[in-house]
Amino acid sequence: MATRLQFENSCEVGVFSKLTNAYCLVAIGGSENFYSTFEGELADIIPVVKTSIGGTRIIGRLCAGNKNGLLLPHTTTDQELQHLRNSLPDSVIVQRVEERLSALGNCIACNDHVALTHTDLDRETEEMIADVLGVEVFRQTIAGNILVGSYCAFSNRGGLVHPHTSIEDLDELSTLLQVPLVAGTVNRGSDVIAAGLTVNDWTAFCGSDTTATELSVIESVFKLREAQPSAIVDEMRKSLIDTYV
Amino acid sequence: MMAQGAGMFTINQTIGSVLCCKCGILMQPNPANMCAKCLRNEVDITVGLQKHVVIVHCPECDSYLQPPRTWLKLQLESKELLTFCVKRLKNLNKVRLVHAEFIWTEPHSKRIKVKLTVQQEVLRTILEQSYTVEYVVHEQMCDSCTRVQANPDQWVAAVQLRQHVSHRRTFFHLEQLILKHDAAVRCIRIKQMDQGIDFFFSNRSHAVKFVEFLDKVVPVRHRNDKQLVSHDTKSNNYNYKYTFSVEICPICREDLICLPPKVAVSLGNLGPLVICTKISNNIALMDPFTLRHCFLDADQYWRSSFKSLLSSRQLVEYVVLDIEPISSEVIVGDSRYLLADAQVARVSDFGKNDTIFNVRTHLGHVLKPGDNAFGYDLFGANSNDVELDKYKGFVLPDVVLMKKSYEEKLQKKRGKPRAWKLKRLDIEVDNSLTRGRGDYEGQLQAEFERYQADMEQLPGELAKLRLYKNKDYKPSEMGSDTDGDDLSVPLDLLLEDLTLHKEDDEDDDEDDDMTE
Repeated sequence: MATRLQFENSCEVGVFSKLTNAYCLVAIGGSENFYSTFEGELADIIPVVKTSIGGTRIIGRLCAGNKNGLLLPHTTTDQELQHLRNSLPDSVIVQRVEERLSALGNCIACNDHVALTHTDLDRETEEMIADVLGVEVFRQTIAGNILVGSYCAFSNRGGLVHPHTSIEDLDELSTLLQVPLVAGTVNRGSDVIAAGLTVNDWTAFCGSDTTATELSVIESVFKLREAQPSAIVDEMRKSLIDTYV
Repeated sequence: MMAQGAGMFTINQTIGSVLCCKCGILMQPNPANMCAKCLRNEVDITVGLQKHVVIVHCPECDSYLQPPRTWLKLQLESKELLTFCVKRLKNLNKVRLVHAEFIWTEPHSKRIKVKLTVQQEVLRTILEQSYTVEYVVHEQMCDSCTRVQANPDQWVAAVQLRQHVSHRRTFFHLEQLILKHDAAVRCIRIKQMDQGIDFFFSNRSHAVKFVEFLDKVVPVRHRNDKQLVSHDTKSNNYNYKYTFSVEICPICREDLICLPPKVAVSLGNLGPLVICTKISNNIALMDPFTLRHCFLDADQYWRSSFKSLLSSRQLVEYVVLDIEPISSEVIVGDSRYLLADAQVARVSDFGKNDTIFNVRTHLGHVLKPGDNAFGYDLFGANSNDVELDKYKGFVLPDVVLMKKSYEEKLQKKRGKPRAWKLKRLDIEVDNSLTRGRGDYEGQLQAEFERYQADMEQLPGELAKLRLYKNKDYKPSEMGSDTDGDDLSVPLDLLLEDLTLHKEDDEDDDEDDDMTE
């Protein structure tokens, strides 16, 4: 199920959190609400870790990771790195990357098998992504945007991309990722998908502005609903079906 | 594009579709990612715009106040009123106006409704929305109407036009010139006075302009005065009434003049007995015995300001018995003259005595034996002219012939309507003028009729006036009224005038209908 929440009156929850299948990073906020929502959903299954990266709260945009590993920008302090290494399961490799483009979250979009990256990333970084995260790396753009990490969000089961993505691009991307993709929006029409949404294989968190329509698109494309889809969603799926592979 | 130009392979981009984030319908992605309907529900672009406006209307002259103090005459439901209404809206520059139209309202409701369609960019999407603006019409009289209502006689400047002669021919002609040049359109009142006309204006500059016009068409002299009506010392405002006294020279066409010695000398010993052949803004004088002629402008005239010896009322009819040209034809100004010796007798003497005069005349080209002609009877006249007495030993001729007489032809035409007619100015006649004068209107009418006949006889003069089609005129069925042709206006000239003024004439008819 997808959950709607806010981080200190901001609906850009993907900026302040990082959700993978093995762990969840949450920014340190003034109130516990944000953290406890994640805690309530995920506490029994994966560790939820409060952290900052380079002293900032915009951790979702700065780091990239999946169940295999976590890449941190060069701005990360040693304490933060140590804290994360201590908090995350041993199977997760935490690695700092010396990459000029330090907002790794904006430059890398990945699930457990494939990663899309910014076209200008260093070759060393690309190799490190492949090694640490255990993924195949593709340099890509999404609807003409080079910040692939901002304009798409995908899990092992599905993905949501920028609304302006053409059908040809959608076909190409879903062939690369081997998951169904759909063009859509979050936060009442916002096209910065990854900022408004953070998702793993069984749950999703999105900004509280997200409308019911957007929520149902998210739930159906990420297959978050185990129950049979209702009549409305069924109908909607018909309209979505042409954008599926 | 560049890639295509270089022959590179490009992928065809098909625009996909997304769901509207509010209602979930399938639509093309737009910057707001919301369908137009939802966007319109979300944002009201007319929110800062005026929906109720008060406009001020003058019920007297049907005009609308354009602040601060311009009054525009506008018709209901007109394009101009729509422009005016739209211009009255503030903040309309924030949006783009696409369309405006009136919604019909009852005129007595004092409400004008305008439906406006505006566009504005919202969330990088252009939204279009229609809304209605209600204008409440407040009735308030404009300044000029208030002034007229308070005192209809209010004038600021008056032009008192005078000519000290015994006839009104000059004023009839001046009236036609004023009509032709629309010189008196700004005039608020025209009043007939003894020996003249008063023109009243609401503005001093209008009066000045009118006086300038008069200066151009007749030899006049004028002076002006002002009278203080009220003043406000605090704001240094002075309110005056201006009066322009304009005097037209008393010399008229066909007058016989004895020039004062000084003038005669300054004109190269002209005359001293001369006739006036034409009056415009200068005076054309001619010696009928030598055909010498000269022009006097208004300045030159008023320096000596001589009077005429005899004027056209004193013309006497003669019969031409014999005529003998003594020189060849001469063109003076735009008319021809031929010096001739004539033997004439007074019509009144005809059959009673054998008084015959031998005179020299300038009318040798038109007079034939047996013709009638008008002339001044100096033989029988008692002249007590001061100027004439100054010429010691000057022998007056017995007769000065002035013009050929067309009386017979006029008699024939009398009672028949003319093909053309002249417009008249709307001149008020004061009661004090008509009192004790018998049929004053009738006299005026007769004088105007004589003026029209005079104009017909002068070649080219009618063409200088505005002639209007006479509805009463029926062209002669015979079509053989040849002897009248040389007197009346040439047919093609009149037709030209008719086409020129056709619309004007029709307007007139409409006006007539309305007043009836």
